[in-house]
Amino acid sequence: MSGQGPQDRGFGWGRFLIIAMPLAWLVLFFAAPFLFVIKISLSQAAQQRPPYEPVFDLSQGWDAFVARLGELSLSSYWSLLDDTLYIDSYIGSLKLAGLATILGLVVAYPLALSMARAPRAWRPALIALAIAPFWTSFLIRVYAWITILKDEGLLNHALLSLGVISEPLHIFATDWAVLIGIVYSYMPFLILPIYNAIDRQDPSLVEAARDLGATASQAFWKVTLPLSLPGVMAGALLLFIPAVGEFVVPDLLGGSDTLMIGRTLWNEFFANRDWPVASAVAIVMLVLLLIPLALYERNETKSMEPRR
Amino acid sequence: MAPSLIRIDGVTKRFGTTLAVDNVSLEIQTGEFFALLGPSGCGKTTLMRLIAGFETPDSGSIFIDGVDMAGVPPNRRPVNMMFQSYALFPHMSVARNIGFGLRQAGHGVPGLGKTDIEARVRDLLRLVQMEGLGGRRPEQLSGGQRQRVALARALARRPRLLLLDEPLAALDRKLREETQFELMQVQRELGVSFVIVTHDQDEAMAMAQRIAVMRSGTIEQLGSARDLYEAPVSKFVARFIGDINLFDVRMTRGADGEPMIVSTAPQFSCRGIADTTMSGEDVTIAVRPERVKMSKDKSALPAVCDVTFAGEIVDSAYLGDTQVWRIKADGGALVRVSASNSGAGTETFERGHRVHLGFDRSAMQVLTR
Repeated sequence: MSGQGPQDRGFGWGRFLIIAMPLAWLVLFFAAPFLFVIKISLSQAAQQRPPYEPVFDLSQGWDAFVARLGELSLSSYWSLLDDTLYIDSYIGSLKLAGLATILGLVVAYPLALSMARAPRAWRPALIALAIAPFWTSFLIRVYAWITILKDEGLLNHALLSLGVISEPLHIFATDWAVLIGIVYSYMPFLILPIYNAIDRQDPSLVEAARDLGATASQAFWKVTLPLSLPGVMAGALLLFIPAVGEFVVPDLLGGSDTLMIGRTLWNEFFANRDWPVASAVAIVMLVLLLIPLALYERNETKSMEPRR
Repeated sequence: MAPSLIRIDGVTKRFGTTLAVDNVSLEIQTGEFFALLGPSGCGKTTLMRLIAGFETPDSGSIFIDGVDMAGVPPNRRPVNMMFQSYALFPHMSVARNIGFGLRQAGHGVPGLGKTDIEARVRDLLRLVQMEGLGGRRPEQLSGGQRQRVALARALARRPRLLLLDEPLAALDRKLREETQFELMQVQRELGVSFVIVTHDQDEAMAMAQRIAVMRSGTIEQLGSARDLYEAPVSKFVARFIGDINLFDVRMTRGADGEPMIVSTAPQFSCRGIADTTMSGEDVTIAVRPERVKMSKDKSALPAVCDVTFAGEIVDSAYLGDTQVWRIKADGGALVRVSASNSGAGTETFERGHRVHLGFDRSAMQVLTR
């Protein structure tokens, strides 16, 4: 190594800005709103505007502010245990998001693999095709699935006229429709990291495995797949985390019995106007989602440091 | 006679419109250390990949031990390859990398038990002097250690033939030389045939018993290092192997009818060196720099010199074991001269000195292409 450049030593303004700007962004648009939501979750619902109390107002003096702190309580959290609706919603969300992740991986991995193994000249076009759905509004695409999946929809029409089925499949307004909708909506988030993880591999690794006696499928299971697992993990999290809190897809494609936490949350906010309980629901969901993220992070840092 | 280990019979391979390998025929014997030498894009790597089974010939056949390899996938050929990038599996330890080939129940290789595999991996680690490092990950190894692991892994299945793709390219100079000798020792010990692909003539000359010099998909010349150096068949081979002076000359006949060559730059002529059938033809003669004698005094040149001319030194490089000069001959051409530092040199030559150069007819190679 040659000597360190001058920019490595000083803590100049440029460096400060580079760190400060994303930090300011995070504080303004993540940390501050998050603190508001925590505060609301510790409040009580009330018939007023905003619909909860206590409302802190520094203009009434510091002592009043401190006195009102005592009015905060965990009662909204305890109330989540009173009604099985909440727990059922969490379980329903985790179940559907988990199933969607598995189904998504089963669909996305072969797609990503064939993209990565396609002739180099085709790949930009294939990537563009994979993300092309993003050019249309998410809502419109989910609405489109209604016309495909409903009893007299395109899918049933096609299957009936081909003679594959004799009665229309009842998919729309079931958990199956939600599953299909989520997998479809997040497919690019799955394909791209997996594609990237396969594309990054030295192609001679598979050749080495073949040379050492592995068949094409053995080479895949022993070399390509294990080396692409970081991409699989990243893609799975990119689907699983937003899928848990998904509202639009279950609302449009799901049935009245589709229990997902996003819908329950929406009901608490807009139908019941119980902001504290809705906030508590949101905070618990966030904590639940932090668990897989933390596990992933720990795994990542472990694989980054040299194993000596 | 037993069939050759490898027989390549009129093999051609195209990629799109480029002809990577053009009707090549070649035989390699058991226990031989063979080199495919050539510049990048000459087809040497493609030829090796054809032997390994990663490419399929457009026409022609490849026989290994007399068996036609057409349709035989790489995992069922009695051949292993050491990749240029080493292609070590990053998610496996050194021991698991070396044992990979033993865990695949392959064609002709009986499935080994766990303890047999462990014993074989230990033997291989000892062979490449990596005992005790079986638990390491490839990323924790130095370049030289990775190269050894790649070698051990490629030898694990006891191949009849080991293909080595630029095995020393990633190593620094010092290590390269050491590794050369180690590769030769391993090859001799195991009696496995080695085919090495390289663009480095020193590497090929140092290690291989026979060298095939390749150029745009064909074998330009096949022979020992000595053959290639002392009797190149073309300007391409002469230039590729070592340093060379090439003079464009004309073949004519003297007044007495005897054939002679006439050079204009530098100006000289010489009788009685070549084939009498050639006359009135433009050819090239090749002279190795170490065969050119140099002196400041023309009368001090050895009497055997059939050709002499004068010039001025324009460059001089001291390389330790040898010294190299470039001389601008009076006719106009640049001539390279080299001499080993035997310590007995009486004359010193510097830039700007006027010198006389000479060589005898045995130093001249007549090249017609």
